[in-house]
Amino acid sequence: MPDLPTTALDIAAAVRAGEVSAVEVLDAHLAAIDAREGEINAFNLVLADEARAAAAAVDARVAAGEDPGPLAGVPLALKDNLCTRGVPTTCSSRILEGWRPPYDATVVQRVAAAGAVAIGKTNLDEFAMGSSTENSAFGPTRNPRDTARVPGGSSGGSAAAVAAGFAPISLGSDTGGSIRQPAALCGVVGVKPTYGLVSRYGLVAFASSLDQIGPFSTTVADSALLLEAIAGHDHRDSTSIDQAAPSLLDVLDRGVEGLRIGLVTELMGEGIAPDVAARVRQAAEALSAAGATIGEVSVPAASYGLSAYYLIAPAEASSNLARYDGVRYGMRVDAPTTAEMNTATRTAGFGDEVKRRIMLGTYALSAGYYDAYYGKALKVRTLIMRDFEAAYENFDLLLSPTSPTTAFRFGDKTDDPLSMYLNDICTIPTNLAGHPAMSVPFGGGADGMPVGVQLLAPALGEATMFRAAAVVEAAAPSLEEAYA
Amino acid sequence: MSANLTHEPIEGEHFTVTSESTGDVWEIVVGLEVHCELATATKLFCSCPNMFGDEPNTNVCPVCLGLPGSLPVLNHQVVELAMRLGRALNCSVEPSVFARKNYFYPDMPKDYQVSQFDRPINVDGWLDLPDGTRVGIERAHIEEDTGKNSHAGGSGRIHGADYSLVDYNRAGVPLVEIVGRPHIRHPEQAKAYIDELRAILLATGASDAKMEEGSLRVDANVSVRRVGDTELGKRCEVKNLNSLRSLGRAIEYEARRQVDLLETGERVKQETRHWDEGAGRTRPGRSKEEAEDYRYFQEPDLVPLAPSAEWVTAIDAAMPSLPAARRVALAEAAGVEPTETAVVVAVQRDLDALALAAIAAGGDGTRVLLHVEHNLAVDGAESLDPAHFAQLVTLEVAGQLTATQAKTVLGDMVESGKAPEVIAAERGFEAMDTSELEGIVDGIIAESPDEWADYCGGDDKRRGKLQGFFVGKVMKATKGQADGKAVNAVLDARRAASS
Repeated sequence: MPDLPTTALDIAAAVRAGEVSAVEVLDAHLAAIDAREGEINAFNLVLADEARAAAAAVDARVAAGEDPGPLAGVPLALKDNLCTRGVPTTCSSRILEGWRPPYDATVVQRVAAAGAVAIGKTNLDEFAMGSSTENSAFGPTRNPRDTARVPGGSSGGSAAAVAAGFAPISLGSDTGGSIRQPAALCGVVGVKPTYGLVSRYGLVAFASSLDQIGPFSTTVADSALLLEAIAGHDHRDSTSIDQAAPSLLDVLDRGVEGLRIGLVTELMGEGIAPDVAARVRQAAEALSAAGATIGEVSVPAASYGLSAYYLIAPAEASSNLARYDGVRYGMRVDAPTTAEMNTATRTAGFGDEVKRRIMLGTYALSAGYYDAYYGKALKVRTLIMRDFEAAYENFDLLLSPTSPTTAFRFGDKTDDPLSMYLNDICTIPTNLAGHPAMSVPFGGGADGMPVGVQLLAPALGEATMFRAAAVVEAAAPSLEEAYA
Repeated sequence: MSANLTHEPIEGEHFTVTSESTGDVWEIVVGLEVHCELATATKLFCSCPNMFGDEPNTNVCPVCLGLPGSLPVLNHQVVELAMRLGRALNCSVEPSVFARKNYFYPDMPKDYQVSQFDRPINVDGWLDLPDGTRVGIERAHIEEDTGKNSHAGGSGRIHGADYSLVDYNRAGVPLVEIVGRPHIRHPEQAKAYIDELRAILLATGASDAKMEEGSLRVDANVSVRRVGDTELGKRCEVKNLNSLRSLGRAIEYEARRQVDLLETGERVKQETRHWDEGAGRTRPGRSKEEAEDYRYFQEPDLVPLAPSAEWVTAIDAAMPSLPAARRVALAEAAGVEPTETAVVVAVQRDLDALALAAIAAGGDGTRVLLHVEHNLAVDGAESLDPAHFAQLVTLEVAGQLTATQAKTVLGDMVESGKAPEVIAAERGFEAMDTSELEGIVDGIIAESPDEWADYCGGDDKRRGKLQGFFVGKVMKATKGQADGKAVNAVLDARRAASS
């Protein structure tokens, strides 16, 4: 068998040209899954049969002289909080075990229409609440670079699937960093698009005002390819921006000449591991060498992002997760009265972290506490937006670490929720602002584990962000290259 | 119950409960909250049909079932109808936002209701009752309806049923909740308010407003206070009011209950009470151990709703004629006051256009209204030919038909569509000349000498009774063709002559 292409762009080009078949590409990836999935646990469900049928259909279209689309024959993994028609969608929660949605999420429809082959549903922290995928009801996912370490989260399964070569691309969701942080920890590219750029229809909600679907890939170009396929207005999502998908692939080679890029002061100091900060500075130098102007910029309110986030997100979650009451679908634990049945079902069906956030959110919205907690958090959110706006008056892009540290070991932070929450300190402000940001791998830390640098852009600044990402990618040291 | 309800107005507009034990005079204060289902083709946030009475759980989809991952999309027609209603209620249309009202209930698919909380679409309007009372409207906001539970086996109530079934066809049906200010002072006013609101809902096409089908649901906030007090008393919210009759009875009962409590030194507990039509009383709802906390917050799945000024202007321009204006128009044409019962009834029954046309065709206004009020509460009345209606009234005024004959002919006109002269001829209705009538009256007087003596010599009360006796006999003899007024005139003349 000839060497198969490995990136989504190359696979799609080869499949469209009839040089390789979608089925053989799929088989190679299924073989990779067979070889390592046992130790990684990236998937809640591998859709081997369905994927084979989809790949065969792509091949048939090519044989018939049709073009299956820009993702022709590309295996793609879906986070298991994206609804797939007739296929179990669990959010890695017992409470949704066995539920089969009667419809596909908009992004699932769009990738299928572009010719992609859905290869499986990936593991996550239950209902996307977590930063290590340790909160999954179906066991943690392991970091393919070192299986003693977490892959990050909540989209740990989607990040690990790409890092392990189970699929060249995958989709995750990012509410406070759930795409970018695992991308950084697994050494892949991960993108959180502008809020409203990608339809949320069919994404099981965690925190509706923050949730956004985005791509994982091994290369910046593949993320651009996948984002182009899923972005664009959807009438089924009222918060969807009424605008066509941006052109990203076309601008990747435009460089950063003349761009002003700011290092975020608040995200480079206390709480950030020195090796990680050093890599970010190195990336800044690379951007500078490529013609960008680098400066430092303060986003003062970003320091309060974490506090605001842990009121707003749980508040919305407490409401979004109310529907899992045992009445209509998923788990039901019977009890004498409806209210007791609700309680028994939710007690048995939800894990500890989900319960913790439901309680936090319920409290934050309660009469007498609303103003002090939820109301104040909304004000902080406004301040963060304002501070970003001020920063973008002088800079085209911002630069920071994605995660304060490289991948940590299992159990390191499970006993201390606050230290776990601190993992998202660099990613959360973007979600609160509704802006795009992405993580690009940039060498390793002192422990030899991947470091991700984060590029941040103002709303709908994806094209500029991807230009810089391509420069960072080209300048990235290899993981093996020792940390100086 | 010792408190006695009187209908005596104070300063022309207040009504009271007078305590029999103390003689204190109490005032009833009522504010009504009305939920009405909007008559849209589809639901509030999805394209499922908005239909009453279909097979359970057939008009449902992922959105109105609140399935994980589904999202709401606001129905444009809902906003249109809600604004039309708001403007008809003299509200101002404001930029508004949707909010989630969080509580667990099996008929609510998401376990929260999407409603409007601190920023409703319609605010600060009013509704004028036919009697001239102006009732303030605090707000009229958009929200989604819930499904419907039914409990089977066991006691058949939610507690003690063997199992429960939920029908989600109604889940997500658009509602407008109209919150009236506590400006109502009497059960009859409350009924008039609902009647008027219903007429507005029908005129604007906002709702079919059927209380019995639940597309119009009324809750009454009732409190009492001593006349002259300016502070409002503690109120109870009375639910389960399925008809106007229930509404009136429940307010009256509740007011008396509260007066009795207060007069015996007890307090009124602010609570929700349910009207029991069979027992004729209100009962406390299941007491909740803790106060309900709905944890309202802005619905993040929807964007703020800010209808443009152009949109509001277009709605105003297309506003159909509303009941109050229609009453004025009809009253002017008929030469009566707009508060006249016949005028109110004509508009309520949607017969004002017919009455106006009949008057325009030369019919006497008072007679036209009289027929509309008393003789046209029948199906098909609205398709009566106004020219025929006018002719009928003219025949009647000219004395060619008696009132009784005219009523009969009118009934036939609705059924057959024939002209009144044709029907009168077919039925053999002809004006009776005076000498013929006098002969008949004389004959009847001769047949009943004792009654006649009594009629001539008795007191007024006795005479009144006997007048009925003689008129009845004459009517029987003439098969109803005699004119009652003419009969009375002959009787009077004969009595005067015999004394």
